Amino acid sequence: MKPLRIALVQSAPRLGLLDENLARHRDLLGLARAAGAGLVVFPELGLTGYQLQDLAAEVAMREDDPRLLSLAAETHGISAVVSFVEEAVDHRLFISAALLEDGEVRFIHRKLFLPTYGLFDERRFFAAGDRLRTVDSRLGVKLGIAICEDFWHLSVPETLALDGAQLLINVSSSPGRDLAAIHEVGLGTAVSWRTLMRTYAQLTTSFVVFCNRVGMDETISFWGGSEVIGPSGEAVFTAPLFDEGLYTVDIELGDVRRERIGLPLLRDERPELHLRELRRILAERTGLEIDEASDPLEGRVAGPIGMNAARRGEKRP
Amino acid sequence: MSEAPAGRQNGPNDGAEQLFELPAELAIDTDIARRVIVDFIRNQLRQAGFARGLLGLSGGIDSALVAYLTAEAVGPENLLCVLMPYRTSSPASVEDARVVVERLGCASDLVDISPMVDGYFGRDGEPGATGAAKEEASPLRRGNLMARERMCVLYDRSVTWSGLVVGTGNKTESLIGYTTLFGDSACAFNPIGDLYKSQVRQVAAAIGVPEQIIRKAPSADLWPGQTDEAEAGFTYPELDRLLFWMIDKRRTDEELLAMGFPGTTVERVKRLVAISEFKRQVPPVAKLGPRTTGVDYLYPRRRPGSARR
Repeated sequence: MKPLRIALVQSAPRLGLLDENLARHRDLLGLARAAGAGLVVFPELGLTGYQLQDLAAEVAMREDDPRLLSLAAETHGISAVVSFVEEAVDHRLFISAALLEDGEVRFIHRKLFLPTYGLFDERRFFAAGDRLRTVDSRLGVKLGIAICEDFWHLSVPETLALDGAQLLINVSSSPGRDLAAIHEVGLGTAVSWRTLMRTYAQLTTSFVVFCNRVGMDETISFWGGSEVIGPSGEAVFTAPLFDEGLYTVDIELGDVRRERIGLPLLRDERPELHLRELRRILAERTGLEIDEASDPLEGRVAGPIGMNAARRGEKRP
Repeated sequence: MSEAPAGRQNGPNDGAEQLFELPAELAIDTDIARRVIVDFIRNQLRQAGFARGLLGLSGGIDSALVAYLTAEAVGPENLLCVLMPYRTSSPASVEDARVVVERLGCASDLVDISPMVDGYFGRDGEPGATGAAKEEASPLRRGNLMARERMCVLYDRSVTWSGLVVGTGNKTESLIGYTTLFGDSACAFNPIGDLYKSQVRQVAAAIGVPEQIIRKAPSADLWPGQTDEAEAGFTYPELDRLLFWMIDKRRTDEELLAMGFPGTTVERVKRLVAISEFKRQVPPVAKLGPRTTGVDYLYPRRRPGSARR
């Protein structure tokens, strides 16, 4: 299999300047194409900047916005992941990432988890997405696209991998903080992210592509350090901290097969077990009875039905 | 990862004599701090449409460090250091400030604030603008006025220099409220406001601030012989450690006591932090209209179109 060249755009978007950022995206897309990239990944809210607050509504685009479509039109023979503020038909605003391929907007992922704690205030300004789906790509594999905080929830990479993704893409605007000398790279945030990416790649036996922006919005600085991690959990490429740049890295998609044959973690996943226990946990949380009749999987799984019923029977007075 | 890399913590202790005391938990990667701060200064100026900065250079470590960082960010030719002694200020302070100016090769300006302060409070029995005083104004009033006169000078010079006033207050003094509202805390932006004094020293050592400035006892220099630590009653390393665990690491009183911090110190510092909350926030506005600044009118300070030129 021919190696896939990925271009990571570790850029510093200009806050609130959509047209300027669009022009920059076009230039960088051209540079990535010239460099022979098959996939180019831009960071979270690369088209708008991150710390938008009330500017969010002013830079929002519908999925059929001519500006987005014109960017998509430049993706013949190349795949691009770009991120922007999306305004839905009902005027909810989302932090979205779009897969642009072969001249069109192929897929849009809306950020599922909006951090609203510490220095974050996303839920105040944005709606949370409700769908987590993989997408078939011209690259010949399914992609799983997620945005920043989405990857601070285990269910996201797990679900994407179970849904067939072999390449997990996380686009981020991660603010650097927790500066200390005790950390390996001097920045607590970077250490945490690196741990997560390696863990997800290994547990899902997938490639993980992490594209994080640089530059500053107001008081916060974004630390870059974009990475590509192979399905064995080893870093294939790590971009420098804080440096703006377009970094290319070649990967062998065949590594996914090799890893999954040798280490069949995905084969051995037990989604039905997970689902059953999740139903129980949800029922217990809400104080409702577990409705077995509504569970289409219950009848298909031998053994656990009885065990499950018996266990539940024991717990009930 | 749980242990500090060898050598890092020992940085300030290199050589025969210890330059300053650095609590281990406050050790930071100075390369990253420097990089982020320099980018911050550049961005703040650029986004506001300015190429130049100016600051009040006292001869102390905080303003010296900010001068070094600003010179690194925009070049010494774009930095103006204003020396603003009062007649009782220590001559050594002005001398140290001059060393910084010389080493950086930046522009400087000397403004003696004595006539302004004396013109208000009076001097040697001569009444000032406040009229014939029955008694000498308290050191607090005099110190506050000096800090605010310096602010007036800086903001006036910001027009002639076409630059923004760069703040020089550190996190420690901000948290305990050891600042004069609209005085030394007044600035367009503050590059070192999230660094404890111990961390200021660390970055200052890394960037090459002259040793005698790093070494000397911190002082507001509002009256002869004044030092921060004598006035506060605890040392900066002690105070920084306590604030770090109390605020950054959210430790409870019980946990702080168990860590060995004296109960009286914990109580006193907690009170200082609480009573100075007002100094760290913009003045509140009574909510009346549909959209109120700071409440539900929330725009980035540097939004498109916000630059002056």
